[in-house]
Amino acid sequence: MDLSINPFSSGTRLRDMIRAIRASKTASEERAVVRRECAAIRAAISEGDQDYRHRNMAKLMFIHMLGYPTHFGQMECLKLIAAAGFPEKRIGYLGLMLLLDERQEVLMLVTNSLKQDLNHSNQFIVGLALCALGNICSAEMARDLAPEVERLLLSRDPNTKKKAALCSIRIVRKVPDLAENFMGSAAENIKEKHHGVLISVVQLCTELCKASKEALEYLRKHCVEGLVRILRDVTNSSYAPEYDIAGITDPFLHIRVLRLMRTLGQGDADCSEYVNDILAQVATKTESNKNAGNAILYECVETIMSIEATSGLRVLAINILGRFLSNRDNNIRYVALNMLMRAMAVDTQAVQRHRATILECVKDADVSIRKRALELVYLLINDTNVKPLTKELVDYLEVSDEDFKEDLTAKICSIVEKFSEDKLWYLDQMFKVLSLAGNFVKDDVWHALIVLISNASELQGYSVRSLYKALQAYGAQESLVRVAVWCIGEYGEMVVNNINMLDVEEPVTVTESDAVDAVELALKRYSVDVTTRAMCLVALLKLSSRFPPTSERIQEIVVQNKGNTVLELQQRSIEFNSIIQRHQSIKSSLLERMPVLDEASYLMKRAASSQATVSLTKSATTATPAGSLKIPNGVVKPPAAPLPDLLDLNSDDVPVTTSATTTAPDNFLQDLLGIDLTNSSTAGGAPSATTDILMDLLSIGSFPVQNGPPTTSNFITPGQAVTKHAPATPQVMDLLDGLPSSTPLPDENTAYPSITAFQSATLKITFSFKKQPGKPQETTMHVSFTNLTSVALTDFMFQAAVPKFIQLRLDPASSSILPASGNGSVTQSLSVTNNQHGQKPLAMRIRISYKVNGEDRLEQGQISNFPAGL
Amino acid sequence: MINFVLLISRQGKVRLTKWYSPYTQKERTKVIRELSGLILTRGPKLCNFVEWRGYKVVYRRYASLYFCMCIDADDNELEVLEIIHHFVEILDRYFGSVCELDLIFNFHKCPWPNFQAYYVLDEILIAGELQESSKKNVARLIAAQDSLVEAAKEEASSISNIIAQATK
Repeated sequence: MDLSINPFSSGTRLRDMIRAIRASKTASEERAVVRRECAAIRAAISEGDQDYRHRNMAKLMFIHMLGYPTHFGQMECLKLIAAAGFPEKRIGYLGLMLLLDERQEVLMLVTNSLKQDLNHSNQFIVGLALCALGNICSAEMARDLAPEVERLLLSRDPNTKKKAALCSIRIVRKVPDLAENFMGSAAENIKEKHHGVLISVVQLCTELCKASKEALEYLRKHCVEGLVRILRDVTNSSYAPEYDIAGITDPFLHIRVLRLMRTLGQGDADCSEYVNDILAQVATKTESNKNAGNAILYECVETIMSIEATSGLRVLAINILGRFLSNRDNNIRYVALNMLMRAMAVDTQAVQRHRATILECVKDADVSIRKRALELVYLLINDTNVKPLTKELVDYLEVSDEDFKEDLTAKICSIVEKFSEDKLWYLDQMFKVLSLAGNFVKDDVWHALIVLISNASELQGYSVRSLYKALQAYGAQESLVRVAVWCIGEYGEMVVNNINMLDVEEPVTVTESDAVDAVELALKRYSVDVTTRAMCLVALLKLSSRFPPTSERIQEIVVQNKGNTVLELQQRSIEFNSIIQRHQSIKSSLLERMPVLDEASYLMKRAASSQATVSLTKSATTATPAGSLKIPNGVVKPPAAPLPDLLDLNSDDVPVTTSATTTAPDNFLQDLLGIDLTNSSTAGGAPSATTDILMDLLSIGSFPVQNGPPTTSNFITPGQAVTKHAPATPQVMDLLDGLPSSTPLPDENTAYPSITAFQSATLKITFSFKKQPGKPQETTMHVSFTNLTSVALTDFMFQAAVPKFIQLRLDPASSSILPASGNGSVTQSLSVTNNQHGQKPLAMRIRISYKVNGEDRLEQGQISNFPAGL
Repeated sequence: MINFVLLISRQGKVRLTKWYSPYTQKERTKVIRELSGLILTRGPKLCNFVEWRGYKVVYRRYASLYFCMCIDADDNELEVLEIIHHFVEILDRYFGSVCELDLIFNFHKCPWPNFQAYYVLDEILIAGELQESSKKNVARLIAAQDSLVEAAKEEASSISNIIAQATK
């Protein structure tokens, strides 16, 4: 007998393959076996081999299950499906469902075979087609084949009918518009007796209600009665061995009917009233000693909570939950917690009664239960119980699993922030959390803490002292170190001198060098990251100004880091060293306390960014249907540090032009920015680089400080002065030495002579100046343009740019046409604010564009002959 | 709705997968890896539910096999436990003892790769929803289809016998 003719009797080669795969010692060996097999299957496919098609399919499915690509076998499935016999079709459909999913184009090719099989005379072949369609159909297929499925829904065979009903669910999920086509036959089938049909049809009805309002209304009218009857029949039925589970007849049917009742009763008083009695009966009569009974009770409670149930029924439901919660079975407790969350919306008080039990569940050994309970506690917290509950949670933080700390920390932080009106309490809780789980505190949380401390001047002393103490004990908690180091840098003297003592506090004895020790220790810890170290360096720099006696020691520490392999730290150390060493004159103003951080703008920004994250998450969820993997895994990254704020400084350099000329070409911008470059011989300080360095000086990688409006001149401007010329090498720093540290202030009322700022063959520009008394930095300039040629200049436009430390406002020109031969002139006024008045002279670059006889002309120049003292 | 069904051995070997929501091959591999890590490490007394990416995975262990079903957040977890048990009982009835189940899925010991488990599942779930609550009915339907296959097999072999005899 030739075995090869019969696809069923061979199989040895398949066994060989499996044996070879199992015998593989290494992954690469296994891959080799699979590769060899796949090559053989490919060859068989391309030869159009019929006899082994069946067996190859089986192999492919096995290979697929191991996770190897099998797309080349997809067409084989289609061929098997198109074959006439049941065995071929059976394995073909199985392969189709296993190897393909709805997103593959190949699937469309099967539509025709499916249509034929749906009309087949053999009920099992119809069943195979329905099953495949129900499991993997796409929207297009759903549309194409819906009429067939609709017809089968009225079939006489109950097995076909139930499959058609489930298949319709898939179709309606893919194409909700089709819902109304199915509602008539769905309602009709509620009268069936066959449990399989009932289960399927009831599920179909639930799906139809979700898909279409019209279907919901229709089914409310036509099937509530039928549902009550079904439920009454199954609850009252005598022992039915076929459907019996733990003494209950068909709990699956129970649950599905209850679910549909929930959908129908939601927001519909009549319907709710109609099902009231039967729900009460289910809730009271169902045995709760087995899982099946509890599953029914769980569903029943949920239905009662969702519909317009009577208060008596609700009490009954809440009681069932109370019983669940005290159950010793973890599964039951889990669902009870789950359900109590939903019950919060209905009856908060009833849930509050179980607070103690719920709090115990937060400490459960099972992470699923802990998570649920924590969510619930979070919902339960209100003004009256926030303090004791937070205390419980914080206490638990100390002993909880490492895995759970992240969730727990996030929730505690969120609670504490929500109730942060009592600032002292907020600070205390935050310090505890930072000490116990500082490594799990998200950036935005400790940023917010710093903003709050910065705003609460009466609590700064207390904060810095508490943090100093915490730092001694919990130096390994990253975010604690950051906050503590920042506070010590800013408010160091408050630790040493016990300033702003609160009544509850014990005075501490900390010397100046102790404070430096603490920061140094943090800097030198083996494990800390770059941001923390950078913050330590800034804190040290600040302390060198707060505590002059320690300055030398601090310089030593800073110098040690000059050779650091991390560029960021190395650069900082070099810059800081230079500040300590050579720029005593500006040091104290440079290192003044940070201006108070703007709480409102920080909160707004944070809300906006978290909202953005939320909406992102949301859109990801909605855009991809259930089951897709696009949902972020719960880790919401804090927003990137809002650098743009500081970068905005850069915009000072953008040429200020009249409204008509705002679209200056980029290269022109660069030209104007060239002012900076010409000043610096190294030419390394491109504008963007200077901004970076500026940021460094202000302090710090990712830091909330950047949120604060950087407007306080005594802090920012020296920084800028440094950064303008400081691309990292000390040599360049020397340029600073050339700064006129004190220019004699001019008399405010001095009149400044007019100047001829620019003159060319065609054009003369004169500037006259005026100053407001009491505002030495501000100058109003009147610019007048004179045409020296005999031709009128049209489209006349004047643009100006100034270095960063100057602010410029340009008003519109009096005209855009400059008459010929000096017959009249165009005037324009500018106002200029020199933020470094008395230190640096004004400088300006200008560009003038115009047309002569319709031809574009461009002139530019630099004005450096401004009178001294502007 | 059940998004997928997974059967994993205690060693993390996949015995059966069935996807009712679209997942690419890459995602499938990732899901299996993630869930094996989550579920196989859980202690015996803990609850049978794991929260995962906004879904819930209900699992139950039989001998050395873990049956896992991933459901939406608002589905009834307790009922899914019953569905798993329902499936297991039907398999049990079909194959013999539950304790030997892992052997059934162990292709090595099996003469023919056992797609029967898939056929059984297809009689219990369609579109991620329950199809039949009667074990008897499922068994009857599977048996009827198996006998159709048997009949085709016999027919094929009798034809080959006839051919063999005729060409002797």
